[in-house]
Amino acid sequence: MKCFTKHTGLVAAMDRANVDTDQIIPKQFLKRIERTGFGEFLFWDWARLDDGSPNPDFELNQPGVKDASVLLARRNFGCGSSREHAPWALEDYGFRVIVAPSFADIFYNNCFKNGMLAVRLPEDIVEQLFGRAEKYPGYELTADLNNCTVGDSHDFSTTFEVDSFRRDCLLNGLDDIGQTLEHEDKITSYEGTH
Amino acid sequence: MTDSVNQPRTLFQKIWDNHVVHAAEGRQTILYIDLQLVHEVTSAQAFEGLRLAGRVVRRPERTVATADHNVPTTDRSLPILDVISKRQIDTLRDNCNDFGIQYYDLNDPRQGIVHVIGPELGYTQPGMTIVCGDSHTSTHGAFGALAFGIGTSEVEHVLATQTLLQDKPKTLELRVDGQMRPGVSAKDLVLYLIGKITTDGGTGYCVEYTGEAIRELTMENRMTVCNMSIEAGARAGMIAPDEKTFDYLRGRPEVPEDFDAAVERWRQLPTDEGAVYDSSLTFLAARIAPQVTWGTNPGLVASVDATVPKPMDYADPTEQKTAASALEYMGLKGGERITDLKLDRVFIGSCTNARIEDLRAAAEIAKGRKVSDDVSAMVVPGSGQVKKQAESEGLDHVFREAGFDWREAGCSMCLAMNPDKLSPGERCASTSNRNFEGRQGKGGRTHLVSPAMAAAAAVAGHFVDIRQWS
Repeated sequence: MKCFTKHTGLVAAMDRANVDTDQIIPKQFLKRIERTGFGEFLFWDWARLDDGSPNPDFELNQPGVKDASVLLARRNFGCGSSREHAPWALEDYGFRVIVAPSFADIFYNNCFKNGMLAVRLPEDIVEQLFGRAEKYPGYELTADLNNCTVGDSHDFSTTFEVDSFRRDCLLNGLDDIGQTLEHEDKITSYEGTH
Repeated sequence: MTDSVNQPRTLFQKIWDNHVVHAAEGRQTILYIDLQLVHEVTSAQAFEGLRLAGRVVRRPERTVATADHNVPTTDRSLPILDVISKRQIDTLRDNCNDFGIQYYDLNDPRQGIVHVIGPELGYTQPGMTIVCGDSHTSTHGAFGALAFGIGTSEVEHVLATQTLLQDKPKTLELRVDGQMRPGVSAKDLVLYLIGKITTDGGTGYCVEYTGEAIRELTMENRMTVCNMSIEAGARAGMIAPDEKTFDYLRGRPEVPEDFDAAVERWRQLPTDEGAVYDSSLTFLAARIAPQVTWGTNPGLVASVDATVPKPMDYADPTEQKTAASALEYMGLKGGERITDLKLDRVFIGSCTNARIEDLRAAAEIAKGRKVSDDVSAMVVPGSGQVKKQAESEGLDHVFREAGFDWREAGCSMCLAMNPDKLSPGERCASTSNRNFEGRQGKGGRTHLVSPAMAAAAAVAGHFVDIRQWS
């Protein structure tokens, strides 16, 4: 698995609550049997007009955020379908960090499995970050998983919580399956008694 | 094991305790998985991962697969025209062959939506842990199982280890007291609950549905309720097993050989008296009216006799914004009477509402009537066996004579991965589970309802209050 320690990147702000995984990667792109190449289809129905050309009103199509790698979002980001294609698409597009007040459970899990850091911050702090993203052109955030902090270069810094296991796995890029198989004897013994 | 074994425990806690392979402070628990269901859309990359790492499927006999999301619902003897869909379905077949997994292919009479065939074939049993790369895996909780959706990396993890790394969720009791009024269905009940707790009210929780109204539900109704747990953000929803559960399972092909002994074990599962949930909410069944969603998430729902809300009805600015954007997408202003909303399409199907009782409820409304000239309506049975049963009862004739399309089994227009989809701007009454933007086709406008409400809407051309239908 990819590891994550610290990342500084341009912020794209998406001021919508309950962004579901059907929006992040619509179903017509789920027929592929590969893990890669989903980035160009990210938010397809919002990002493209009917003729396939870029929708100039869409958040990620704004000139200033083309190279964004930090996504600032609202509550319940990633709700709905369990499709891991959603984090695959976000990651392939170039996002490394997503900051939101809350995430849907399955999506949150899926992010960590793909080397992306999902940061939960209180709603009022996220509100503040939306304000800063609007105020400062080229606004960047730094997420530091070692110290569990998020900050900018305009005197903002805060800590976030993440469980120690997920943090370890992401910091070290550990393979979940390999780790579990270290306990294979316990699995075998469980199977023998149940 | 945990130290809570001698304390009164919830249904969830008992199943969790019974599946802990390894728990250590500061680590996720290694939880044993009894059954993994596999479908074509979320599995190819997991099998590929196994191959790349030189791993095998640890317990192929605890793994069952079928193709459902992508499959055409038209004549099965014809080739699949969409080459990319076909490649995905063929890949699943090949993976099942290579790894020794039971696969119900498109020509198997038992093929169907994975959450319909699991229970139907008796794979789904009380007390089990069940996962699938599909968020509606919560359906199987209707049997008193701990069942939840997972991502593809986790699918691979379960294939390789038959376990999953899990954080223990909190428990939420949703209790529904009293009896539901005539004309009000399980779908209305669950939509009502989602409306009350909102689309993320269950995040971080495993829900247990309790109370008289839940106990009164048939097994198929219970599946409808548990199916939509994820629409409130809860990965899992469950209902304690009882005589109805055992009666449903008795005689199905995959149930334990010593069924009576299994029943005795299953009787120990219901939540003990005095067990405590992390949170509990109580509702009155008699207050529930038939429900219709008006927005773009399942929590944006109203009673059929109400009007569509306006953004200013919400206090919170984020909710106001959500409502305004939902109304715009849905082509609504707010303030319209729900019963005035005219429909172009009706879809009866999906893992929420495509079982035989759902089709009977819809057929009862459709019988001797005609689908409105302005509406195109289709019925997609949840499985080959549901289809066969419906045909043996003559329901296919009822639907066809009324002007409904009668299709082969699959997920179909619930998510529109196959050719069944809405055109931009089309308004659809759907018995499925998600009204997200574009879910049933780009620009399509989905209103979630019960099977009876969908059938009545097809006939009338607009929503009608099924309680006043005659």
